[in-house]
Amino acid sequence: MKRLGLIKGVLVLVFLVFLIQGGSRLYRHRHYDVPVVAGPGVTRVARLSDFGPGLKGTMADTWVYFLEGKEPGGKALLMANTHANEPEGLLAAVIIIENAVVEKGTLIVIPQFDHSASLNTRSGDGYPLYFEIATDWGRKKFRMGNRDASPLDQWPDPDVYIHYPDRQLLSYIDVRNTNRTWPGRPNGPRMEKVTYAAMEIMRRDKVDLAFDMHGAETMFPVTNCIVAPEKSIRIATLASLTVKAREGFDNHVEPSPGGFRGLSHREIGDYSETLPFLLEAPIPFLDQPTGPKTEKLLLDGKDPFLLSLAQKKKLFVPYDESGWPIEKRVGQHCSVVLEIFRQYAKKNPERSILVNGIPRYAEVVGNGVGHYFHDPAKAEKDRVYMN
Amino acid sequence: MPLIMIFYYLITVYLIGLLAWNFLREKKKIEDMAMYLLVLIPLLLRVLRIK
Repeated sequence: MKRLGLIKGVLVLVFLVFLIQGGSRLYRHRHYDVPVVAGPGVTRVARLSDFGPGLKGTMADTWVYFLEGKEPGGKALLMANTHANEPEGLLAAVIIIENAVVEKGTLIVIPQFDHSASLNTRSGDGYPLYFEIATDWGRKKFRMGNRDASPLDQWPDPDVYIHYPDRQLLSYIDVRNTNRTWPGRPNGPRMEKVTYAAMEIMRRDKVDLAFDMHGAETMFPVTNCIVAPEKSIRIATLASLTVKAREGFDNHVEPSPGGFRGLSHREIGDYSETLPFLLEAPIPFLDQPTGPKTEKLLLDGKDPFLLSLAQKKKLFVPYDESGWPIEKRVGQHCSVVLEIFRQYAKKNPERSILVNGIPRYAEVVGNGVGHYFHDPAKAEKDRVYMN
Repeated sequence: MPLIMIFYYLITVYLIGLLAWNFLREKKKIEDMAMYLLVLIPLLLRVLRIK
């Protein structure tokens, strides 16, 4: 009897060590805030819940930054971290919030679009919980999130996700994927409420252009590209050709499939007047046949297994010993956004968007991503927002 | 919190109770005791709203 008590005591002790050690790291990750400095161009900051019901007080609510020019013009919505394990969009969005100054028109930026997913992790794949970017004033630490919203914020998953309103049957897990829940509804699952709120911004503010900034595997054909539906494809093609000619990087155009529902590049265009663009930058970290999923792989994109596959022509992007570093991925997003603004302004001069302060591809590659981040310790306190 | 989510938390608490009871009742098999505790971890992390 005494021996049994001893065995159970030891087992419970080991159990508590595992529970506390693992649980405390996950708890700290879920409650770690990333400071973002509202730059000189930010004129007001709102919450996503201001535009859609059912989000207030939940972990799905998130900051929406408005950068309004002195002169009226067009409007653009930039969304990042739709998938919170694709950080190139988030980093480009933070660069824009902290540096852009709009001369004409309005920029609306949501850096943590699926805020709940940014509080989630993929422990089974050994994801790092954080990543750090070197800046001119130190290291800026970000949460590494997951593709889908946290089950703590939306649970249970259905057996099959029936998309609203098309009733297409999607994978059960896509009910927590904010790039499958467009156009959303005010009384649906929480991630449909998130996309519905964004649709409301676009409808109420008469947004001209919407950007959904992502990263995609190098072994996936829809990578290193602009995904655009019929109504956006002309501008996307012109932007793609121009960045190739002027800035020297490839970013081909993929047509948005009409039969695949729930995606931003499909539903935004079908349910509003806005022209949607989904930007994909190659992110080797997400490929399956890589080495360990480390912070280093996330940032430099160097992997010997992918290099071997590239030599066998199995990848959809050029790949060599230099990998696919975060600077290239973030720089591509910045340049493609600026180029789409320029192409749109050519045909719609009265709705043009003129912005200063957003670096282009070569500048981000040359200076590094962190060069554009402001030190929150030196910023005015009321200009720092915890994301 | 939606009603269905509340039900799922109640189901989780019920499962935790079952596993804890089985752990306490187990007298011989050490591997079964360890297994009950191992299975408890994700359920407890969910109820504590950690993971």
